[in-house]
Amino acid sequence: MDINDIRAWHTLVMMLVFIGIVVWAYTKPRRKRFDEAANLPFADDSLDQATMNKEKKS
Amino acid sequence: MDSQSTTYNYKVVRQFSIMTVVWGIVGMLVGVIVAGQLAYPHLFEGIPWLSYGRLRPLHTNAVIFAFGGSALFATSYYVVQRTCQTRLFSDGLAAFTFWGWQLVIVLAAITLPLGITSSKEYAELEWPIDVLITLVWVSYALVFFGTIMKRKVKHIYVANWFYGAFILTIALLHLVNSAAIPVTLTKSYSAYPGAIDAMVQWWYGHNAVGFFLTAGFLGMMYYFVPKQAGRPVYSYRLSVVHFWALISTYMWAGPHHLHYTALPDWAQSVGMVFSLILLAPSWGGMINGIMTLSGAWHKLRTDPILKFLIVSLSFYGMSTFEGPMMSIKTVNALSHYTDWTVGHVHSGALGWVAMVSVGSLYYLIPRLFGRQSMFSMALVEAHFWIATIGVVLYIAAMWIAGVMQGLMWRAVNADGTLTYSFIESVERTYPFYYVRLLGGILFLSGMLLMAYNVWKTVASEQAVDEAIPAPAGH
Repeated sequence: MDINDIRAWHTLVMMLVFIGIVVWAYTKPRRKRFDEAANLPFADDSLDQATMNKEKKS
Repeated sequence: MDSQSTTYNYKVVRQFSIMTVVWGIVGMLVGVIVAGQLAYPHLFEGIPWLSYGRLRPLHTNAVIFAFGGSALFATSYYVVQRTCQTRLFSDGLAAFTFWGWQLVIVLAAITLPLGITSSKEYAELEWPIDVLITLVWVSYALVFFGTIMKRKVKHIYVANWFYGAFILTIALLHLVNSAAIPVTLTKSYSAYPGAIDAMVQWWYGHNAVGFFLTAGFLGMMYYFVPKQAGRPVYSYRLSVVHFWALISTYMWAGPHHLHYTALPDWAQSVGMVFSLILLAPSWGGMINGIMTLSGAWHKLRTDPILKFLIVSLSFYGMSTFEGPMMSIKTVNALSHYTDWTVGHVHSGALGWVAMVSVGSLYYLIPRLFGRQSMFSMALVEAHFWIATIGVVLYIAAMWIAGVMQGLMWRAVNADGTLTYSFIESVERTYPFYYVRLLGGILFLSGMLLMAYNVWKTVASEQAVDEAIPAPAGH
């Protein structure tokens, strides 16, 4: 097998990896964790408030 | 001890946020000066350290690394804490990244006008400064990834994936591209020869665009657009595919800076093909950001911060369509070395990078200083329109100038001689240089409005939270 065979296989493998990522991302078992992750920016206001209160006192 | 684990480190975020505004004004002022020198070539004639060749790298370094870099430090430290619900990994190291990065910028502002340069574009700083950058960057990576490791939540939010990719890749790019043999304290020679040096340089250069000026700011987009719109990102699944597609494609696009050079033909073609593929992940990300407003479009009418964020994404979409198009060899034959390239860069740098940063800062600064909003939202609105008109004038002028130059340079007479001399194309470019200068002045004016607004916001006495009585026993 010469170097060009490896290059050809590499192209194919990368294509499959990409399809794999798309399938992984878009199938149902990931829905819950993605929903949780998507809401992370809205989940920490109490910590933000605690920080601001503490800084006000000091 | 307890408060260390239950509060955030906002100090370093504040420091970087304020310096983003300061360096933005400095960098854009130098940009206006060099634009002035192109329109009026005798400007500062005879003063070597104010000559175009020395100020131009100062401009690029200041806007990319001082302004953009500070914006990235500020927002990444803020976002990683808030989405991991934990304090920064190390306050000391974070403070070191702030002071170290400011020192890098000051050293750049001293050495570049003195003509001390490695002559590598966007990596002009000489080796001792490169060593300092490495130290700061390793500390940055430790703080950022250390914070992710001690996160209190299960998931790593997508913005942190983008920030993380940006930090890792810049470390790699900086180390490889800056490899040099020092001769004296202020002079070194690249470790690579000839065409290899050129390829390493543009592998670095384009990935500086792809990871510093894109991935990092996409991290900003994935946090601040949902926050300001008040709803989660349009599709988290798309953001996952967006991330992996973008980071694995950008790495290969660099050779499009070296079309029709000594670089082997196949490498040029690889660069072109990967640049074309890049359109897909770029637009996937842009659509994901803009569609976050789906169902809340009315907010765009009244909220100037959202206007900044969404218009920045529109410019991102425009320039990531333009970029792949310009990477096609036959288009590049017309566009390369002309002002079209300069227009393209500024559509990305002003329209996308600066506007998404400005929008994020207008969200961030009041919250960091215990205010409910900026001192004046009318000034934010004014800033938005001044900046947008400035960018449009700038890039439209450079598009027309660039296409004109490309057409003039390639025009040949029937006997094969050139129709125009180079100086004729320079003469015809003057009107566009004036328009570009005006666009730049407008954009800089917007930043001055912002500085005033930030000053009034930070200095004002109307601490809004004061009205809320603290519960007894605290």
